Amino acid sequence: MSKRLSLSSLVLLLALVFAGAAQAVKPDEVLPDPALEARARALSEGLRCMVCQNQSIDESDADLARDLRILVRQRLVAGDSDQQVMDYIVSRYGEFVLLQPRFSLRNALLWGTPALLLLAGGIFIVLSARSRRPASDSSTLSAEEQVALDKMLRD
Amino acid sequence: MVETGHFALVLAFALSLVQMLVPLVGARAGNQRLMAVGGPVAVTGFALTALSFTALATAYAGSDFSVASVWENSHSLQPLIYKITGTWGNHEGSMLLWVLILTFFGALVAVFGNNLPATLKANVLAVQGMIGAAFFLFILATSNPFIRLNPAPIEGRDLNPILQDLGLAVHPPLLYLGYVGFSICFSFSVAALIEGRIDASWARWVRPWTLVAWMFLTGGIAMGSYWAYYELGWGGFWFWDPVENASFMPWLAGTALLHSAIVMEKRSALKIWTLLLAILTFSLSLLGTFLVRSGVLTSVHAFATDPARGVFILCILTLFIGGSLTLFALRASRLTAGGLFHPISREGALVLNNLFLTTATATVLVGTLYPLALEAITGGKISVGAPFFDLTFGPLMLPLLAIVPFGPLLAWKRGDVLAASQRLMAAFALALAAMLVTGLFIDGASVFAALGVGLAVWLVAGALTDLAVKSGVGSVAPTVMLRRFAGLPRSVFGTTLAHLGLGLTLLGIVGTLSFGTEKILTMRPGETVELSGHTLRFEGLYPQKGPNFTEDRGRFLLISEGNADGEITSAKRFYPVRQTVTTESGIRTLGLSQLYLSLGDAGNDGSVVVRLWWKPLVTLIWGGGLVMMAGAAMSLADRRLRVGAPSRRRKPAAAAVSASPT
Repeated sequence: MSKRLSLSSLVLLLALVFAGAAQAVKPDEVLPDPALEARARALSEGLRCMVCQNQSIDESDADLARDLRILVRQRLVAGDSDQQVMDYIVSRYGEFVLLQPRFSLRNALLWGTPALLLLAGGIFIVLSARSRRPASDSSTLSAEEQVALDKMLRD
Repeated sequence: MVETGHFALVLAFALSLVQMLVPLVGARAGNQRLMAVGGPVAVTGFALTALSFTALATAYAGSDFSVASVWENSHSLQPLIYKITGTWGNHEGSMLLWVLILTFFGALVAVFGNNLPATLKANVLAVQGMIGAAFFLFILATSNPFIRLNPAPIEGRDLNPILQDLGLAVHPPLLYLGYVGFSICFSFSVAALIEGRIDASWARWVRPWTLVAWMFLTGGIAMGSYWAYYELGWGGFWFWDPVENASFMPWLAGTALLHSAIVMEKRSALKIWTLLLAILTFSLSLLGTFLVRSGVLTSVHAFATDPARGVFILCILTLFIGGSLTLFALRASRLTAGGLFHPISREGALVLNNLFLTTATATVLVGTLYPLALEAITGGKISVGAPFFDLTFGPLMLPLLAIVPFGPLLAWKRGDVLAASQRLMAAFALALAAMLVTGLFIDGASVFAALGVGLAVWLVAGALTDLAVKSGVGSVAPTVMLRRFAGLPRSVFGTTLAHLGLGLTLLGIVGTLSFGTEKILTMRPGETVELSGHTLRFEGLYPQKGPNFTEDRGRFLLISEGNADGEITSAKRFYPVRQTVTTESGIRTLGLSQLYLSLGDAGNDGSVVVRLWWKPLVTLIWGGGLVMMAGAAMSLADRRLRVGAPSRRRKPAAAAVSASPT
């Protein structure tokens, strides 16, 4: 039951999101232990449904998403830590499966941009405020006037 | 009629060529007659585009399947409303809507722009003409909605079922009014660069246009979010999907523009920056169009296999963004920088606002484009989803939201943070109280929930404080206060409403995410389920037949305090033409919160999988958006901004100065 929309109907901003109208977790998947189930849900929200458009496996009802959800729960029941589950799934499906990209060199620009830009913008604002203030506070002389003044003082 | 529409479209293209060349030449040569050509041509171009659009809509309404676009996206059994909205429920038609709105705005400038300097008006219309020409050519060359089929098919292939919804009637037009509305700000900026100067009328024009575009974009995004919420069947309202981000980026940049335009208009500072922001905002709108229209989002490879449309829009994108930025680089130094101000002042606060908003915009931009770039360059695939934006966009918003209440309370030029803080004491106390109450008395409240509620209350109370301070609460007699309140400029109310709406939206988001509850279970008829104090009894599944679908509608009785309190129904719909199943969620609004229900798979024994959510305060998310829109409308109604009445500008502005704290 493939529910992929044809691309030509990709009209609206939200149409993409609709692909595979979500049904998500089914009752028979839910683990009896609420703490373990909560962990499974939290992990599922960070894993991408590989055949969907930008949906987590927690939101998607695609078969592959269901398989992954069950896999996550199996690993948790087997006693894996959250990190071990994630590592296991990435080892099988690649980094593409992670909705939160890793902090790696390859993704440095991705993670670094916000901080860098904020810093650069802040510095720029401070510098431009500094460079303009003395001009207004001390004198209103233009460059030419300054030259003329210097000349007069030298004479 | 179809051929008339096609012909009108070609004519409109031809006129857009005239519009982009003649006034421009006129403005350069100082020829009044050539410059005056722009106005009538813009109006005629709009009329022709409207005719073309009407022709297509008529073909859709009448199910004329000899038109390829109608055949692909419509069906004779569809209800009339979806036949009509289907006009823009596809690539070709939505591009036609895009240029329709573009020419509409151009015509507005032509009709209401008589108080503009002639050369500025001519240049603005010329730039609008260039944008129009590019997109008309795009439509005619790659996305012609009027292509005929021979022989004509008997029946159409139906509109995508998830688009068969009232949301399609409202969401895209609002969104496009916002997207394309920013083209006017862009055209004004480029026109100013061409002329090499920014005069007072430039500032007076750009702000209302920004307000209009921002208002519609806010509405479009809010409406789209609500549509996704009820149509998707699991109650999510924002997904950080690239397509959503495409509309969110112009909104963020537009919000920054809105604020810097205030500084420019009132204090004639930040001129160059405002001009750049106007260019960037529309560039992001164009980028959004490219992302959604080219198919590049699905995968870089899909884009490469059918590149005609994508490459065309990419060329348009490069031409306009590259061209305008080059022009900016060449000419910006000629423009005079504006007035000076102390870092601690309303201008300073707005600069800070701009810093955070532009950084946030860039964050969303990088998050959206990085996976595409990475795949194109290295072939490696990564996903950038909600967790990334929670970690980057979230921390950028916190300080921004925290300083919002200070802005309006600071004076222009040189402000007093201490005085503003004193005035905000009550709001701060209220926010702190809300935070403590949330943290201590509500079960399962996390630190983030408490912080979020506190921040939301801070925004709401801070917005109201501004209003109270400006009408002199606590310092003057009640009658004077009332008179002052009534005499406040509408833009003050606009600011208050917009900031208040932001607080409400935040409250809705925090409430839903932090205190929402969920149950997933299999139910048989007669069984009851209880969630957050609400009891529902499953009555059974009832098959029904719609005009172009069949459905199994599950009926649930809401029981409050032992009494029946109405019904909630949810359905699984099947559209046979496209072989598509959709979920129609059942929603009951109780106060500001909602009970949300959606059906899963049905069993053979009459049982069905039910997903039930309690979403506290969720309506505030979109309610806040409406309040923000109301704020923009209120600001637009300000006398100062009423186009055509520039001479009356002095008095209310002076009143605003005297009313604001010093």
